[in-house]
Amino acid sequence: MSWPVADTDLATLGQEIVANAQGAIGSAHVAYGELTLTGPAHRIVQALTYLRDVQGFHQLIDLCGVDYPEREKRFDVVYHLLSMTHNRRIRIKVQTDEDTAVPSVVEVFPAADWFEREAFDMYGVFFDGHPDLRRILTDYGFHGHPLRKDFPMTGYVEVRYDEELKRVVYEPVKSVEWRNWDFLSPWEGAEKGFAALLPGDEKSGGKQ
Amino acid sequence: MTGDNAPAQAADYFHDPKVPETPVRKFNINFGPQHPAAHGVLRLVLELDGEVVERVDPHIGLLHRGTEKLMEARPYQQTIPYMDRLDYVSPMNQEHAYVLAIEKLLGIEAPYRAQLIRTLYDEIGRILNHLLNVTTQAMDVGALTPPLWGFEPREQLMVFYERASGARLHANYYRVGGVRQDLPEALIRDIADWCDGFPRICDDIEGLITNNRIFKQRNVDIGIVTKEEAIQRSFSGVMVRGSGIAWDLRRSQPYAAYNEMEFDIPLGVNGDCYDRYLCRMQEMRESTKIMKQCCERLLKSPGPVLIEDNKIAAPRRGEMKKSMEALIHHFKIFTEGYRTPPGEVYACVEAPKGEFGVFLVSDGTNKPYRAKIRAPGYPHLQAMDWMNRGHMLADVSAILGSLDIVFGEIDR
Repeated sequence: MSWPVADTDLATLGQEIVANAQGAIGSAHVAYGELTLTGPAHRIVQALTYLRDVQGFHQLIDLCGVDYPEREKRFDVVYHLLSMTHNRRIRIKVQTDEDTAVPSVVEVFPAADWFEREAFDMYGVFFDGHPDLRRILTDYGFHGHPLRKDFPMTGYVEVRYDEELKRVVYEPVKSVEWRNWDFLSPWEGAEKGFAALLPGDEKSGGKQ
Repeated sequence: MTGDNAPAQAADYFHDPKVPETPVRKFNINFGPQHPAAHGVLRLVLELDGEVVERVDPHIGLLHRGTEKLMEARPYQQTIPYMDRLDYVSPMNQEHAYVLAIEKLLGIEAPYRAQLIRTLYDEIGRILNHLLNVTTQAMDVGALTPPLWGFEPREQLMVFYERASGARLHANYYRVGGVRQDLPEALIRDIADWCDGFPRICDDIEGLITNNRIFKQRNVDIGIVTKEEAIQRSFSGVMVRGSGIAWDLRRSQPYAAYNEMEFDIPLGVNGDCYDRYLCRMQEMRESTKIMKQCCERLLKSPGPVLIEDNKIAAPRRGEMKKSMEALIHHFKIFTEGYRTPPGEVYACVEAPKGEFGVFLVSDGTNKPYRAKIRAPGYPHLQAMDWMNRGHMLADVSAILGSLDIVFGEIDR
């Protein structure tokens, strides 16, 4: 089938999926030539089973977390699916917080195993029903979830080889100071709604 | 011999149920993290029953550098070099996926000549990767000569990298909206000449390996993956083509200049380690054809290799010396960079190992809010446990070799 897929075809597909998924998929929108679906987290297994069996999205390409700390449900879990037979890609997003587990989709896609472990490792998202939810990428005995926005870039500990103890030791970070240069121009981007507050703007009560 | 010291006979156990059966000893073996066949820093915890593998638990992350976290803190163009360090045997293919993702966000497209150069260097990357993988897989099963033969053409290809970008490995050559600089004509001619000679080198290597009895004994019917399993396990690239699925992103979801290239997609039949080796060998020959076509077109079609918009692409050095505006653009690009409109995109390329994708979440600033790297080796290595169960210990390294694992991209 032709590639890239026209936006109108994707929109039609999205409407069809929302109409037929029995509430497991809530909304669909097309942006940048890609179809994004959203749905309630507790019904993700049903949603993915529907997409796999009825719509032919047989392959889970990727599963990852995204962190929005200012939101009440701070995490997005994003699933990317591919249909080789229809030559389509699709993305489905669900929201969750630090305590609520998302049902594991290992039963639907066996490949989700490590992807879910990674999301757990990096963000601390729990997956209910996962057979072996261990950390995967970080060090043995690591604390914290490094891709959360409130986790510092430098981390909390550093390692070095101690000549006297003849082993590797962990110590609090002291060797580097992370410099976060903010080069964003405060004069540009106001029309897109993300300009920084200039000194004096606060006097107008938040209005710029 | 009689008495307590007599060696046990099988008949003794059979007749006397009170004598316990001698349990077969189970082993736990650590494979790696420093093992010549582990292709990097992989630690496999193997549970063996005698010599039969019962469970494989790969411990990854020993090369984890936090690439995704680092990318969240830097402007877009400063993070292109991180892509080289993922799969470091085919660096430019990864850069390609990343610049495609940013270009999708910005809604721009690279000029035609840049697309040709990208196609050319993607294929060079594919040969770099396959040469390394095919020959080291032979080394994993006991042959030492293939890597020695394969590394010579690899070295020549890295010189082509160097002549284009200035670096043999970590090229940082692709830019959003094109490539860093144009290729000199002499380089294009040299690459075309190299393409003429390369099939002979392929013949040589195939002569060493393809019908080699030991190589076949170690690879045929080992690690069989059926079509259904390959899809379920999220395999891509050679791992699905080796099982007979005609799926190649260069053909089915074409990018760059692949639309106009003529090439075949080799498919395996049995889905075993040997078929995957044959696919890689044939893919190198097909890549050579594509490179040849790119060279012909590059010689005929001069033109820009980077978009003209100086808000996104840095102005040339010479311009900067003369024009105040160019100087300001240069300063702005290398401090602030450019802002992308908010949204989410996923862009992928057919990297030599499979589908390499980048998922970007933009919040409208000059840095990605979230960058997820989808490495093809990650689901492949995940299947190690499932593929190895019931195989012999010696097959572990053969299967690992045919998965084509590089830890830069798996651990990120």
